[in-house]
Amino acid sequence: MAANGSQKETLNSSVPDGPIAEKWTNHKNNSKLINPANKRKYSIIVVGSGLAGGAAAATLSELGYQVKCFCYQDSPRRAHSIAAQGGINAAKNYQNDGDSIYRLFYDTVKGGDFRSREANVHRLAEVSGNIIDQCVAQGVPFAREYGGLLDNRSFGGAQVSRTFYARGQTGQQLLIGAYQALSKEVAKGGVEMHSRTEMMDLVVVDGHAKGIIVRDMVTGEITRHAADTVVLATGGYGNVFFLSTNAMGCNVMAAYRAHKRGAYMANPCYTQIHPTCIPVSGDYQSKLTLMSESLRNDGRIWVPKSAEDAAAIRSGEKTAADIPEEDRDYYLERKYPSFGNLAPRDISSRSAKEVCDEGRGVASTGLGVFLDFRDAIERLGEDTIRARYGNLFQMYEKIQGSNPYKEPMMIYPAVHYTMGGLWVDYNLMSNLPGLHVLGEANFSDHGANRLGASALMQGLADGYFVIPATLPNYLANQEPGSVTTENEAFAEAEKAVTDRIDKLLSIQGERTVDSFHRELGLLVWDKCGMSRDKAGLEEALEKIPKIREEFWKNVRIPGTGEGLNAELEKAGRVADFLEFGELMCRDALNREESCGGHFREEYQFTEKDDAVISGYTNPGEAKRRDEEFSYVAAWEYTGDDSPPNLHKEELIFENVKQSVRSYK
Amino acid sequence: MNLTLKVWRQKHANDRGTIETYDAKSIPVEASFLEMLDIVNEQIVQGGGEPIHFDHDCREGICGMCSLTINGVPHSKEKGITTCQVHMRKFKDGDTIWIEPFRGKAFPVVRDLVVDRSAFDRIVSAGGYISVRTGSAEDANSLPIAKDRADSSFDAAACIGCGACVAACKNASAMLFVGAKAAHLNLLPQGQPEKDKRVLAMVRQMDSEGFGNCTNHYECEAVCPKQISADVISKLNRDYAVASTKEAFK
Repeated sequence: MAANGSQKETLNSSVPDGPIAEKWTNHKNNSKLINPANKRKYSIIVVGSGLAGGAAAATLSELGYQVKCFCYQDSPRRAHSIAAQGGINAAKNYQNDGDSIYRLFYDTVKGGDFRSREANVHRLAEVSGNIIDQCVAQGVPFAREYGGLLDNRSFGGAQVSRTFYARGQTGQQLLIGAYQALSKEVAKGGVEMHSRTEMMDLVVVDGHAKGIIVRDMVTGEITRHAADTVVLATGGYGNVFFLSTNAMGCNVMAAYRAHKRGAYMANPCYTQIHPTCIPVSGDYQSKLTLMSESLRNDGRIWVPKSAEDAAAIRSGEKTAADIPEEDRDYYLERKYPSFGNLAPRDISSRSAKEVCDEGRGVASTGLGVFLDFRDAIERLGEDTIRARYGNLFQMYEKIQGSNPYKEPMMIYPAVHYTMGGLWVDYNLMSNLPGLHVLGEANFSDHGANRLGASALMQGLADGYFVIPATLPNYLANQEPGSVTTENEAFAEAEKAVTDRIDKLLSIQGERTVDSFHRELGLLVWDKCGMSRDKAGLEEALEKIPKIREEFWKNVRIPGTGEGLNAELEKAGRVADFLEFGELMCRDALNREESCGGHFREEYQFTEKDDAVISGYTNPGEAKRRDEEFSYVAAWEYTGDDSPPNLHKEELIFENVKQSVRSYK
Repeated sequence: MNLTLKVWRQKHANDRGTIETYDAKSIPVEASFLEMLDIVNEQIVQGGGEPIHFDHDCREGICGMCSLTINGVPHSKEKGITTCQVHMRKFKDGDTIWIEPFRGKAFPVVRDLVVDRSAFDRIVSAGGYISVRTGSAEDANSLPIAKDRADSSFDAAACIGCGACVAACKNASAMLFVGAKAAHLNLLPQGQPEKDKRVLAMVRQMDSEGFGNCTNHYECEAVCPKQISADVISKLNRDYAVASTKEAFK
């Protein structure tokens, strides 16, 4: 089987012409409009109620469309956007520190290691300011200065302070804002909300996405829903790794079902490993906990210079305090003096792995580095640090049983976010007409690495400002209500869903769903995690189908399809991860370069490279191959037994020069 | 560590329900409470049984989904945390632990330890928002808000909607939840135009859902994982009194 099937035509991203700073304005001016009296004739399905889905559902309803919104949680307020701690970027330049739309655009393109689409990123930077205005008007209690104006902090990959925050609960406050806007529309009758309802399949009628099949998780009932267009805002696929900072229920099912119905999956190998998480302690563990990147504003990351000292710390013979200043290696400050501890996430994570691979890790497992607030507490006092990070310190102490005011935190990278996702054009529409994809579920804005505080920005930009403007470009050509659930495509999709559930329940094997999920997760973390190589990826591609085969023969799911059945829910999700994981490894194998979160060991700078000799970058840094790989890899499903087809969208950089990313 | 669990099992909303006993063996002391239940569930499934159903999602104390009454106290007797933040190091080898759902008339059991808290969504829908159409907002810094007022609003906005306040209250009152939402919005200048309408609508919805009244026992404040002060209830009462008086003399 070929590594990547056959190659097809280049994808058209529908990016409008004109100078980058005018594209979005021109596009809005040239977009179709639907008059208010006609809007109410159109129905829209929104799957997911996080920042992207919640904001989209609320805004589309305000505009007058009939919206149905679905989420698997018991309330739309619980989507995992809620867990984002640190903040949201916006090019407001309230600090007068030289920020601008261009700089936010530039930082995001560079942070993404020149693998994102320029026009989308510029649009994101353009609407970023409106997001803050919108949220403040909704009553989001952002942090303020004593003068009553909004406060900002710094995040990785930027040299300005453009991050707005609400203590360590920014995602929660923004989501509550979107949830309240959504609740207002539910009351008005514009949104029909379906909680505890999971999308099981996408319905495609004459080549257009026109509905979904869902399962009511309380009753087990399978129902059909038709609409004029379908919007997916179902988040990322980080849980393919089993252990991640994602919520337990986060899954790829909706996106993967859409993929199997014809939507291309783009760049699935771009996964973000967040540098500051609480280290893994044992195999009973169900998830990993993130400590906000904002901690890196004041915390200093280090390990001992010598492996002997590190071993002494691991065995408990020494503590951090026993290591004198001259024997500590503040490795990020050493390697990246101008960004220091605020180097981007991919670089910080890989640096942590490197020092641990050298035997200098400090956690009992060897996989952990110090994040030390000693100097910040000396400089600013404990009270200031408590005001800035109190809830994070408290959370750390609860989980680890150690006091970070007295001893440094121990952190290690963990899977956190996925930049890859369903391919979309400038209108956020998939190659599959009628299917729109927002937020983490699409691929478009973060390239190969996302900067901190940009996920919230993207989710809300897509939901509040982009999709309401671009959706009419599709809808205006559709006859409203032309497809109903009587269409035979619904019957076919519903049967596929019930057959799959029946099959899962009939296996009655020996192993639990979690045991398969854990096995897959360990394998992809090992072979397709922080660093990848050809041999490892090939090994994973050989093993994943075997795990999948055993799953379908030997999984045990108790109970029936009627009523609440958590094991059945997990089984459907894990079954899709078992297919998706293979696609992720295939994409990683195809991409013979290193960029952002995708680090191929074969492609890194060495002492022989000019950029290293000149001192511009360090040996071991990711080495892109722009001539061969400056494209989006969009995979087309061709069948369970045939390899996917690779479609390419060439990335054109007209406004930012592709350069070796240096944070020195 | 080895433990004995006494767990509420109920097949569906109309089932009578009962306490069942389980042995939780060889639980790592570093595990979280929910990871302990994961381990027990894996054993139950392997033994051919049906796992204990409980709500959970983020497992980092912010989504508000997890909702267990542990030894009689919602989210356990430890202060300021959610169920998912309870760690087994707080228990002793050999302990017996009672695990029940968040009970309340307005929170019907769905299955085992899972309850239906959609009444909270309906209360927010009734008025727990500021009506602002997307795209119509003015510049965020055009309206300065004093830091202490913004901070007080934030303190109330920290509510995660878990419902522990209801489960802890002998009247199954939702006053802390409603008070927190009202305070969050009513303390802000943006929340003023709809202030009266908001409290009236939310309180009436709360009553119609079957939640009881507050009789000042402060159990809600004691179990709130975000340590929201019962002062928000006093503020709710004040705001409600003002709004209903205005309504009566309109």
